Amino acid sequence: MTLAQKLVARAAGRGSVTPGEIVTCKVDLAMMHDSGGPRRVKPMLERLGAKVWDPSKVVVITDHYVPTYDDESRKIIRLAREWVREAGIDNFYDEQGICHVVLPERGHLRPGMFAVGGDSHSPTGGAFAAYMFGVGATEMLGVLVTGEIWLKVPHTIVMDFDGALERGVSAKDVMLFLIGRFGMDGGEYQAVEYRGPAIRSLSMQERMTLCNMTAELGGQTGLIASDEITEEFLKIPVERWQSDAEAPVLAHHRFNASDLAPQVAAPHSPANSKAASEFQDVKPSVAYIGACTGAKLADLRMAASVLKGRKAKMRLMVAPASARDVKAAEEEGTLAVLRDAGAEFLGLGCGICAGYGGNVLGENVVAISTTARNFKGRMGAPSSQVFLASPYTVAATAVAGRICDPRELLH
Amino acid sequence: MFGDNIDTDVIVPGRYMKYSIEEIAQHCFEPVAAHFAKEVKRGDIVVGGRNFGAGSSREQAPAALKQLGVAALIAESFAGLFYRNSLNLGLPAVVCKDAKRICDGDRLEIDFDQGVVATPREKLSFEPIPPHLMQMVRDGGLLPHLEKRLKCRTTS
Repeated sequence: MTLAQKLVARAAGRGSVTPGEIVTCKVDLAMMHDSGGPRRVKPMLERLGAKVWDPSKVVVITDHYVPTYDDESRKIIRLAREWVREAGIDNFYDEQGICHVVLPERGHLRPGMFAVGGDSHSPTGGAFAAYMFGVGATEMLGVLVTGEIWLKVPHTIVMDFDGALERGVSAKDVMLFLIGRFGMDGGEYQAVEYRGPAIRSLSMQERMTLCNMTAELGGQTGLIASDEITEEFLKIPVERWQSDAEAPVLAHHRFNASDLAPQVAAPHSPANSKAASEFQDVKPSVAYIGACTGAKLADLRMAASVLKGRKAKMRLMVAPASARDVKAAEEEGTLAVLRDAGAEFLGLGCGICAGYGGNVLGENVVAISTTARNFKGRMGAPSSQVFLASPYTVAATAVAGRICDPRELLH
Repeated sequence: MFGDNIDTDVIVPGRYMKYSIEEIAQHCFEPVAAHFAKEVKRGDIVVGGRNFGAGSSREQAPAALKQLGVAALIAESFAGLFYRNSLNLGLPAVVCKDAKRICDGDRLEIDFDQGVVATPREKLSFEPIPPHLMQMVRDGGLLPHLEKRLKCRTTS
């Protein structure tokens, strides 16, 4: 069986499962944030007169409407805080960072788990060899009441990368390349498994970026087998979960990571990607480093490696992805490098990425961003234009004043 | 009628997510079809191309369409998360590979059990929604469906 089949079979209480069959899975972990979580499920639970099936398996994290900035956002956050108390949920992380980053850093994910998240970037958890995918608020309600969810057993699409990424090229470039190549529905709502020496050598946070953007590739989840790097990150002995070598898959795509150049996706789709060098006439006025996709400690370090001793020639905004990452980045000097380059810092949370917070892009603003989506109007005015790139490329662009291949500055 | 890869940020922009569904619905498709909310009528069917509903898990996207009276969605394919959300909210989503043969303004009839969309010119077939999910759609979505199930459990 593939890794995906093994994970689903375990959750379904079955010895084996076949792609295409519909099974009911027991949920080991349900994660919600402030936007799709308490404010949506509380009234539905009350209507049903039902309680959460197992509060110890629920994690709530505030990230979309923090820092609060008006009456509505304050109301949403207050409701989340009150509801977790009422529902007896101890796993509550308030203004500690973005859910997909906080969840594993606080040790809630382990290889072999079956988990759902109330957010489309929930495949991020698949980096830990856990079957994790996104659901809407009503489906989350179903999980909270029953502890179960139905699933069509997925086929597996393998993305196999030989070689090694060049310095200045990252997981984000891998994903922009794959989305450009296969389209936003290339994942066919199946399981996408990342394999090969170039994947094995990536840090956990880089692996998380791969699985995170499986959402934009159209997969239900993105998976990576567990290994010693998983173990080192989680700081506990972990089970090895991986596909059987002979397990049949829907497709097996092979690439050489050494050939990959930094990628940039033009407005208004992550699938509009090409080599960064093809966009060097574009002059953004905003460089944005943020989101679960692009502002983890690993991402801040990438940006700092380019920005060290240099100044940004445009507005450079950084919205770090977690409190722990901020602390680590401060202690090791990474934040000082960003600050010296002229970065302004936004609060912990989803920031501008989904246009929920107090900051959004204005009319006709051209931005380059480490986020995952550049859909029309997502980050602000429908007339704003967002180019997607890695933290290396966003930092290089901030310094150069035009879209820039970071290898020009790193070598 | 819409094209390929219509995303949920276009269906319901993020900056309105803090408001009620009635308010959100007034901004449905705002970035690409600003008059949609005013022009759509109860019983209308929204037709899309490939990967309709890509992006965010926000179920306010299908919820806003339902709020505006949209009776069903037909597309060549749907983003998986959006598809689940639609059915969970009781809004039937039909995967029809010939969706592009439908013309703007066509009067359509959908037979969910047989898997047939009848246009004024021809009959297009589709894979019917699995019966257990169609039952949930007919109950009005997952919430009323669960309500029914819980009621059955307490009375039996």
